[in-house]
Amino acid sequence: MNNAYNFAFFDEGSKREIRRATLKAIAIPGYQVPFASREMPIGRGWGTGGLQLTLSLIGKEDVLKVIDQGSDESVNAVSIKKLVKDTTGVQITDHTSQATIIQSRHRIPEVPLRTDQILVLQVPLPEPLRYFEPSEHETKKLHAEKEYSGAWLMLFEQIMKYGSMTTGADHPVMVHGRYVMAPSPIPRFDNPKMDENEALILLGAGREKKIYAVPPYTRIVSLDFEDYPFEGESFHGKCCRLCGSEGVFLDELIDEATGETFYQCNDTSYCCEILNEAEKAGVN
Amino acid sequence: MTEFEVPVLSIKNLNKQFGPGCDHCTNLEPLTLIKNYCSVCGTVYACRDVSFDVYPGEVLGIVGESGSGKSTLMQCLYFDQETTSGEAYISSYQNGMKNLFEESSQQKRYIRNHLMGKVYQNPLLGLKIDFSSIGNIAEKLIAAGSRNVERMEDRGSQLLSKVNIPVHRRKEAPKNFSGGMQQRVQIAKALSNQPQILLLDEVTTGLDLSVQASVLDLIKSLQREMNISIVLVSHDLGVIRMLADRTLVMLEGQVIEQGLTDQILEDPQAPFTQSLVHSLL
Repeated sequence: MNNAYNFAFFDEGSKREIRRATLKAIAIPGYQVPFASREMPIGRGWGTGGLQLTLSLIGKEDVLKVIDQGSDESVNAVSIKKLVKDTTGVQITDHTSQATIIQSRHRIPEVPLRTDQILVLQVPLPEPLRYFEPSEHETKKLHAEKEYSGAWLMLFEQIMKYGSMTTGADHPVMVHGRYVMAPSPIPRFDNPKMDENEALILLGAGREKKIYAVPPYTRIVSLDFEDYPFEGESFHGKCCRLCGSEGVFLDELIDEATGETFYQCNDTSYCCEILNEAEKAGVN
Repeated sequence: MTEFEVPVLSIKNLNKQFGPGCDHCTNLEPLTLIKNYCSVCGTVYACRDVSFDVYPGEVLGIVGESGSGKSTLMQCLYFDQETTSGEAYISSYQNGMKNLFEESSQQKRYIRNHLMGKVYQNPLLGLKIDFSSIGNIAEKLIAAGSRNVERMEDRGSQLLSKVNIPVHRRKEAPKNFSGGMQQRVQIAKALSNQPQILLLDEVTTGLDLSVQASVLDLIKSLQREMNISIVLVSHDLGVIRMLADRTLVMLEGQVIEQGLTDQILEDPQAPFTQSLVHSLL
């Protein structure tokens, strides 16, 4: 552990300010709480919102997992883990079930979360109405007045243009019947996982200086229309070529040599766990 | 009193000023003001003590020279601007017992979305010009609670053909349209949720004569068909003569004359109205 820095990189005042914003966010599910996003040793837009939440929350007993698009080993995930480990000395894990804090870029792990876990999501654009209304002053009013026709209008426009809702990720959700929220660019497949989730979900946008939260057991409804219901990505009839899992989020890969298309778990640690278990069962 | 005599919209003593006011001008003596402007503190009295009623199915015209407070009055009615003081009642909202200007911003939003429609003089204010025309109409329907794409598309197409926008251009953004077409999209949008009260702010200004005629025709027929009450602001006395049952004349923020449209046009009493009418005829 590097003693040149305070525990968890930040000074205590900074951590306290972020925690205060977090508490407010939890008290008002889906409401974007402004906070003083700090200077970080990584650039804004590279996960500073999530990282600040993680650093303000983490204690010596915590076990941290960081994923980037489902992978534990991408450069961004590894760098963030290195920074946190260097300044706190906490244990790092790849196993979702062993972690107490999971920082994630754009995926909710396949393994269901528990009440003693916190999921931290990195958010690039926290404002679900931004495309509809460029002014922050105006969107704040729209949120205050629960005027969300703009959010539905954007989906309506997609249906008019393309015949279906085309949000690949970041499909807006209604949080507990009050605030419309950008769930961060998780695939639509992950939206239903947020509903009544047992874990606390925190969302941090470092560049946009906003923190918001989905407390455990909060009702999350993805926006849709009566005749165009919300649907996640479907992987019907497809399975992971490594572990054979079905009903998980799969990456489509193409073998350039043969031109063959195959599918593989996006959540790499989940895939590994399934493979390890199968191997163990085979040995016994 | 029969039910017919209950006004749909009732405005009482509406005042709107821009600026704090000072000792020099608060007594509102006409002599202390230059038109409706206080030379000491710079306050502009845009609407002064405006009161009127609008009855079911009635078209109320408001005329006046530019700067007389017509548009400000309309903005106050649609809650685009805060009023300085005054009261407004809609008969179908809380039995007409609640002063609308004192309602919360959520409630005002509800009233706008469910009970009113407005067509702005400038289409840029009333439309999202980057969104499709049908999307613009859908916005109002979504705001009024509709969540069915097919029904909204049908209603939108129906309204667009009513205002003579070719149906094959319904998915085009109004920014590609001419000013007249934008104005007609706006009218379609304002009518989409079948409002009880329609506010029209200089709707035909800037339209060519044939389009003007068809827009006026449209407004007239829709008003007959759906029994909408309309508040119509215009400086074009031809429009007022054709549409309005009753007319208010505004000057420097005040109502100087009101009565049946024919009466105002044939036998104007106030000097300003006289010059207005004579400059036309």
